Amino acid sequence: MSTTNEAALSLAGVDKIYALNSRKPVHAVQALDLDVRKGEIVALLGSSGCGKTSTLRMIAGFESVTRGSITLAGRRIETLAPARRGVAMAFEGYSLYPPLTVRDNIAFALKSARINATEVDKAVKEMAALVEIESILDRYPTSISGGQQQRASLARALVRPADLYLLDEPMGQLEPRLRALLRGRLKRLLNERGMTSIFVTHDQTEANALADRVAVMEGGVLQQMANQTELKERPANLYVATFIGEPPMNVFDAKVEIGERVRFIVKDGPALDFSATAFSQAARVAIARRARAVIGVRPHDIRLGAGDNAAKVVSNQWLGDQSHLALDVAGKLMVAVAFDQVNASRGEIMRYEVSSTKLHVFDADSGEAVSHGAEAA
Amino acid sequence: MEHTSPFERIIRGVLIAAVLLFFLFPILWIFLMSFQTNEQVLRIPPSLFFSPTTINYTSLVTGKLQTAAGSLDLAFMRNLGNSVLLSSVSVALALVLGVPAAYAFARFKFPLSEDIAFTLLSFRFAPPLLVLLPLSLYFQAIGLDDTYIGLIWVYQLIALPLILWIVRGYFEDISPDIEYAYRIAGHSWLQTFTRIAIPLARPGIAAAGLLAFIFCWNNFVFALILASADKQPVTVGALAFVTASGIQYGQIAAAIVLSVTPTLALALFAQRYLVEGLSLGAVKG
Ligand SMILES: Nc1ncnc2c1ncn2[C@@H]1O[C@H](COP(=O)(O)OP(=O)(O)OP(=O)(O)O)[C@@H](O)[C@H]1O
Ligand SMILES: [Mg+2]
Repeated sequence: MSTTNEAALSLAGVDKIYALNSRKPVHAVQALDLDVRKGEIVALLGSSGCGKTSTLRMIAGFESVTRGSITLAGRRIETLAPARRGVAMAFEGYSLYPPLTVRDNIAFALKSARINATEVDKAVKEMAALVEIESILDRYPTSISGGQQQRASLARALVRPADLYLLDEPMGQLEPRLRALLRGRLKRLLNERGMTSIFVTHDQTEANALADRVAVMEGGVLQQMANQTELKERPANLYVATFIGEPPMNVFDAKVEIGERVRFIVKDGPALDFSATAFSQAARVAIARRARAVIGVRPHDIRLGAGDNAAKVVSNQWLGDQSHLALDVAGKLMVAVAFDQVNASRGEIMRYEVSSTKLHVFDADSGEAVSHGAEAA
Repeated sequence: MEHTSPFERIIRGVLIAAVLLFFLFPILWIFLMSFQTNEQVLRIPPSLFFSPTTINYTSLVTGKLQTAAGSLDLAFMRNLGNSVLLSSVSVALALVLGVPAAYAFARFKFPLSEDIAFTLLSFRFAPPLLVLLPLSLYFQAIGLDDTYIGLIWVYQLIALPLILWIVRGYFEDISPDIEYAYRIAGHSWLQTFTRIAIPLARPGIAAAGLLAFIFCWNNFVFALILASADKQPVTVGALAFVTASGIQYGQIAAAIVLSVTPTLALALFAQRYLVEGLSLGAVKG
């Protein structure tokens, strides 16, 4: 990987408040600290309206920064004009210039940089090939499909040399097969050229496949920024835990009893009982501080057909390569995934086991992680 | 292409012709009148057949009006020149001032922006006579009465609000992101305005300019009160056709034909841009 430890982009304490002086200000981004290393690809993930686009627009300079600072390639940029920030962007709404052909739309960004015509042409062709739009280069934006517009917009952003590339849902309109193809090509391009980039996506597979690190936002707050393994295995809080992963993590409120053994008692549900030595000293101390906690386990980490606990099977689906079983636990559905066909029909009682090494514990009030497996968070 | 039977097409053609005839007949009639003498115009019953004469046009162009009571001087060509000058300079000035202002109102929310925009629009509500008397007094005091500059200034009351409000709507329809995409590629605010915003709003600018021109051209009362004979446009100058020896219908018709021509030419010219706007489709998004 071409990333280095040098920070290319750094946001420090950035706030965005829309309609600041009105009766109903919108606090879209809150105290955001974000560092992106040179050549790194970062995915910005979060539910709709969580402030992803606002963040990108502040970096690009289309929205003012209410508080905080943005540094790019060693320069403070939060007050610079967009033209002088050295940022390229693909817009959520494509925003192609209607009077120009697709070719000119892409070339436009280069022409202003006073590159000679043959080189412009070469760069445009190369990008068009990358996103598979060579055949529509001479058409006008209003006469091509949404997905084609999106690819043209992506090509326009990528064709230009910049310190940072901001891609707002760059492949949201594409069919899965094309998306997977472009994902691979995009990753290669970004890596080969060491292009520092942040892209927004709603697709976790895309985030996992393309990004070096994933930033999860919710309610304008950065919840966690880490690589994919860490997000799965050590989510910082309940939000990240349930947001990342498909199917989502199963979580239950539980009473904590700690002594010789560590017990999590789910009301009207199972009591998970572990030997105290299954947890590290630090984890035990952290858990012991709480009388109640939220416990979580990923569907893939539930062992079926063994253990002390049992629940009624609500459904059993074979997806061709894995089974999704829904079990009725404490009045909720608990989803378990197995990689072979499970022989269980509806209404049957099924035994299951949750290992202490796979158990996540969160604070019942704040949702902050307390422990992951044997280790304290 | 939708499918139509020949019968439908014929019916449609007949109906369109009927509508056109209905609306264009007065203009056609005036056009025919302009080639007739007053006697021919007034003969009873009226007839479509006559031997055409260009006397009306020649007397307008030479400025010598022959009437039963003798020869009269006419300043029609001068009036026409005044109309062209006043309207085109007024609209040009209003475009120079109004288009950037419209952009500002469309893109930037600044304190009192809505109030200022509305105040400008309210110029169109007030009856002109309300402001004319004080205005003519002020103009006399500062030496602007009976000057082209003074008239052009007052014509801004007609042209500026129109251009501001129409063009503003067009600017608002352009997605700001299109401009951002251009700015982020290293272009200044001004370049973005001139190379992206203005071309995209061109149909609106053409429509607003044309409309403002027509309104300026048709204005009567400002020039009547604020200017003397040598600076008056055709609308005021046409009063001269009501002479002691009667109303000169033939000359009036010729004068109308001549005074409609510049507006018509402009409309045909602007049409290109109006149509371009339609064929480009939505600018939004
Ligand atoms: N110009 C604006 N004025 C006021 N509020 C705004 C403005 N733009 C965005 N917001 C609000 O700020 C919040 C964040 O919006 P943003 O567009 O950043 O979300 P997002 O994460 O990009 O969502 P999506 O995934 O739907 O694109 C939302 O609540 C939105 O309603
Ligand atoms: Mg968004």
